[in-house]
Amino acid sequence: MSWFKALVSSRPPTRAGAAGGGGRSALAALLPPLLALLIAFAIVSVVLLALGASPAGVFGALIAGALGNWLAFAETIVKATPLVFTGLGVSLAFQAALYNIGAEGQLLAGALAATAIGVRLEGWPRPTAIALVLGCGGAAGALWGAICGWLKAWRGVNEVISTIMLNFLAVELVSWAVHGPLIERSGAYPRSDPIAASARLYLFLAPSRLSAGIPLALIVAAAAYLLMFRTTLGFQLRALGRNRRAAAFFGLPIRRLTVCAMGLSGALAGLGGAVQISAVTHRLYERLSPGWGYEAIAVALLAHLNPLAVLPTALLFGALDNGSQAMQRAQGVSPVLVQVIQGMIVFVLLAVDKSATVGAGAGAPGGALEPAAGNLEEARVDA
Amino acid sequence: MLEAFAVSMIQTSAPLLLAALGELLVEQSGIINIGIEGVMLTGAFFAMAGAYFSDSVAVGLLAALVAAVALSAIFALLAINFAVNQVVAGTALNIFAVGLTGVFYRRLFGITGQALTVRTLAPVALGPLARIPLLGPALFDQNLLVYLAFLLVPVCSWLLFSTRYGLGLRACGERPEAADALGLAVYRLRWQALMVSGALTGLSGAYLTLAYTNTFVEGISAGRGFVALAIVIVGRWEPWPMAASAILFGAAIALQFGLQALGTVMPYQLFLALPYLLTLIVLGLLGGQAQAPSALGEPYARP
Repeated sequence: MSWFKALVSSRPPTRAGAAGGGGRSALAALLPPLLALLIAFAIVSVVLLALGASPAGVFGALIAGALGNWLAFAETIVKATPLVFTGLGVSLAFQAALYNIGAEGQLLAGALAATAIGVRLEGWPRPTAIALVLGCGGAAGALWGAICGWLKAWRGVNEVISTIMLNFLAVELVSWAVHGPLIERSGAYPRSDPIAASARLYLFLAPSRLSAGIPLALIVAAAAYLLMFRTTLGFQLRALGRNRRAAAFFGLPIRRLTVCAMGLSGALAGLGGAVQISAVTHRLYERLSPGWGYEAIAVALLAHLNPLAVLPTALLFGALDNGSQAMQRAQGVSPVLVQVIQGMIVFVLLAVDKSATVGAGAGAPGGALEPAAGNLEEARVDA
Repeated sequence: MLEAFAVSMIQTSAPLLLAALGELLVEQSGIINIGIEGVMLTGAFFAMAGAYFSDSVAVGLLAALVAAVALSAIFALLAINFAVNQVVAGTALNIFAVGLTGVFYRRLFGITGQALTVRTLAPVALGPLARIPLLGPALFDQNLLVYLAFLLVPVCSWLLFSTRYGLGLRACGERPEAADALGLAVYRLRWQALMVSGALTGLSGAYLTLAYTNTFVEGISAGRGFVALAIVIVGRWEPWPMAASAILFGAAIALQFGLQALGTVMPYQLFLALPYLLTLIVLGLLGGQAQAPSALGEPYARP
């Protein structure tokens, strides 16, 4: 423990979110993200004016669409759930300075596995079927992530490129599956049969789409927090993220940790995909995800990579997604505006909030203590 | 038929090569721009928009240049002056570009369902050379952007490895602190590299809408920016090997259509996945970032 403290002692004082507390008050930690949000929305307003749309109208429609009535709010929560899972996955990987841009593909891999199993579980006892479906989803996502982890650890392949390539591969795999082996019995549309009723997560408060996936997301977020900040593994992953070379020097098993981190990250995203199938869509089809895996990056950064903070940031982005449909109807602005907002939030966050990417090369020059994060030249260290 | 494939192969590799050469300059200066996918998409859209409203290819190209350079400037500001995490900034750039082009596209053109077509760049045959069997049309009967892409290979090679400027640029990528101490304007050199890269990537995007096809669809870049990133790595950060890799990946993309036309029993998704799978396999086999500029991706802030 002391060697880690010695390493970090000459770094700037505690970063917000680094250990769920630290030396700064919670309020001070909230300030930069809030400021980033304000500036981002201001810039987006300018873009809207340039397009001839009314910012007040657009944002008003967004808010009304997301929070206008309890049904809308329920749908906001439903739309935020996959963002929680992918956001958790991304935060975990980023904490280890592994740039997992592949949450999209990992989510699809999980959804694919969940569907493949789920359609065969007719008649099974419900808790078992659900556990099986979610478990397979997590495992598939873990595999999808671990492949990139292995490629990075043993072949030095940049994980940004490998995860993005696997995203494209996952999309094609799903496409093939729903046109081929998994296509519905009638063959009418390129989508799977609905999964067995026993494999579906419990729903409540109909006609909303709220499900047991939501308390699951809360539990998983809490578990992720405990893992990152209260276990040895989490500590090692964070140490890996802050200074890869130092971690190697002090004997941490770099390669295994890399594969482990990418596997865990993928598992979380895959679980998100499985939950989406089991609780919301009940079937697999193309374009299942409107970009949750990429959105998760903004979610994770705004949360300072802290698993508990991912919950409110995922809710924010879920609200944006939910409101965007209403915004299109009311104002004629394309729903992809939310991606402009997302991108702008991240830009501004990076510029004003140095703690956003904790342990991931936040930019402070530090000579010998500069994290190797972001440095693509990896000395292959035996571990 | 082989002749047609050769033509197609060169046509698909040209935009990859343009973007990759731009990225090479940037990476040699020490910055990694994951966002070239977004810049390419932006170039593609604004090229189409410019050509559509002016009925002129030249205006389209100019619009693409301006838009792409402007977008790259946002990234440059963040990566250089603010010294932020470059991978994150690049990813945000991609998301932003998808949103920006989508919003503008639907606002300007609506969802008509019919493809909006524009004029395209005509191929310029280089005299009798174009009539050489097999390789003639592929190498000597292409449009200007293709010639530009391949001509830039020796130019970049000379610039980077035979001039003082190139040496200074590479110094920024190897050890910016030392370059700074020696009096090199690290920020300025990196900005220059990013601006040139923005222009080249914008042109590569413009190629997609003004030459390769004659229209714009959302997501037209389809990951080509990432393939360009891979080309830089596979080409070991040197222009000539990069040109060879670009042709290889271009062939993989061109192969999609060729194999589909053959009507084999294999699922078409496999062909769509081919370029990405190939990228992954080639990177995995060749491995290593050993030849990367030493300070690549490390934010550098002037003390």
